[in-house]
Amino acid sequence: MDIATQTTSPSPPSSGPETTLASKGSSHAGDRVFLALSRGSGITLLVIMAAIAAFLTYRTGLAVSKDEANFLTSSEWNPAGDPPVFGIAVLLFGTIVSSIIAMAIAVPVAIGIALFISHYAPRRLATPLAYIVDLLAAVPSIIFGLWGAVFLVPYLDGLNQWLDTYLGWTYIFDKTSDGVARNLFTVGILLAIMILPIVTNVTREVFLQSPKMHEEAALALGATRWEVMRMSVLPFGRSGIISASMLGLGRALGETMAVAVVLSPSFIISGRLLDPGGGTFAQNIAAKFNEADEFGRDALIASGLVLFVITLLVNGAARWIIGRRKEYSGANA
Amino acid sequence: MAKRIDISGLSAYYGNHKAIDDISMTVEPRSVTAFIGPSGCGKSTFLRTLNRMHEVTPGGRVEGKVLLDDENLYGKDVDPVAVRRTVGMVFQRPNPFPTMSIFDNVAAGLRLNHSYKKNKLAEVVEKSLRGANLWNEVKDRLNKPGSGLSGGQQQRLCIARAIAVEPQVLLMDEPCSALDPISTLAIEDLIGELKERFTIVIVTHNMQQAARVSDRTAFFNLAAIGQPGKLVEIDDTERIFSNPSVQATEDYISGRFG
Repeated sequence: MDIATQTTSPSPPSSGPETTLASKGSSHAGDRVFLALSRGSGITLLVIMAAIAAFLTYRTGLAVSKDEANFLTSSEWNPAGDPPVFGIAVLLFGTIVSSIIAMAIAVPVAIGIALFISHYAPRRLATPLAYIVDLLAAVPSIIFGLWGAVFLVPYLDGLNQWLDTYLGWTYIFDKTSDGVARNLFTVGILLAIMILPIVTNVTREVFLQSPKMHEEAALALGATRWEVMRMSVLPFGRSGIISASMLGLGRALGETMAVAVVLSPSFIISGRLLDPGGGTFAQNIAAKFNEADEFGRDALIASGLVLFVITLLVNGAARWIIGRRKEYSGANA
Repeated sequence: MAKRIDISGLSAYYGNHKAIDDISMTVEPRSVTAFIGPSGCGKSTFLRTLNRMHEVTPGGRVEGKVLLDDENLYGKDVDPVAVRRTVGMVFQRPNPFPTMSIFDNVAAGLRLNHSYKKNKLAEVVEKSLRGANLWNEVKDRLNKPGSGLSGGQQQRLCIARAIAVEPQVLLMDEPCSALDPISTLAIEDLIGELKERFTIVIVTHNMQQAARVSDRTAFFNLAAIGQPGKLVEIDDTERIFSNPSVQATEDYISGRFG
């Protein structure tokens, strides 16, 4: 996500002691190798990104030009039909809704865990706790998917009933079918658990770097522990929290296997989150890729391009938010 | 509003290490008391016991009594947060909150206390900035971040922030050691004005500074590295610098060690 900052131009090699002034450059083989390496890495990264974008755009062009429906607004997916009809509306909806649920749950919890580990817990407890969060990140997503389908789904039935009974009037928690909880809501919860480690770890690292002197400044003014968090730790960690959330969001948007295992997909858009159905970009590609013909694959790739663009936009937005308050960033610390 | 501080039998520890040993002294209200002594003698630690900041350090613990006009800061029911609202502190390195504007920095303590009226806030901020001799320099950019100021201005901003809540006592931990001579002079002048309103305790490595700004001076020393720091003597500044009663003080002041 750091394309822009990776390619900073290296500063010219500094001249060494006086004796090398005449032979400037020739004695700096190390500098030149490093310059070539770092510049090369930067260029390689750009080339790879461009190649992916070009590939996706080309195949998307092939598919969308033959699409008889509106690619962005149609909620059908039948590229093999005659005429071929497919659109991403359902996928867009499902991807965004499940990611929003995931973020809404994961980010506050992650900030809480990170604050606890970095500022509240005694070290005896903080170290193992941080380690366990790391372990959570190491669990493969298919395992999360299986756990979700076998364990989480049956257990969420009760919660779904409860939400339907007491919050059904909000429409989004209105449950109209009796099916098990293989819905977008469950997917959101599962995604929240999956992105929790990355969001927690990044925010924890940032909180740990929060300057002692600013925490003491708050304490000396008579701040309580929570007020110290609010006055110095959280503002300092703000851009870190945003980056961490965006990293998590990136993972939630693109998560494939876990969603594919848990969700019972269908091509409908429904704001009733507890009803089974819906789909996400990645889940749809995984589910349909093998049985699709050449054209069907191009259609799936077209949907992949949309996901790619969304991810880029999300990262761009994050950079913009972080950059906007640069002069307050604590560079003085 | 300024209060007398009576310290008796105060020792402070880092874990098992005793940093200062059995210190007793009285700090007079509306005066400046300077703490001098070689590095590691515990004068900063001692200063931090006076607003219960020492115990924030992991393993930090304190024995003894600190009476602020007869109220023991280490009494059983005393809330350290309340103590720190009464005893303000200025640190060695200027530490304005980097995410806050100049105005918000000064208002930070007031907002914590919730003891102000909204329309009074601007008034108090102006008064505090004037009190810190900073108003004329920042009045046109109150909404700019405090971190954009020079080091000396930042330190005066921190002083404004500390006095905005009208503390009884103002503790200063080497407030000028990170500043150039001109900024130092500005702060020293300010200390002279502030002592009319507050009880001020200042730790300094600069003996000329102690001689210039303080009314009373306390000299701390330690027997050897690793030994706890002790109070050697406290007396009128003039006397400490001309005719101290302990030989070690004279040796230190005349530069024979430390």
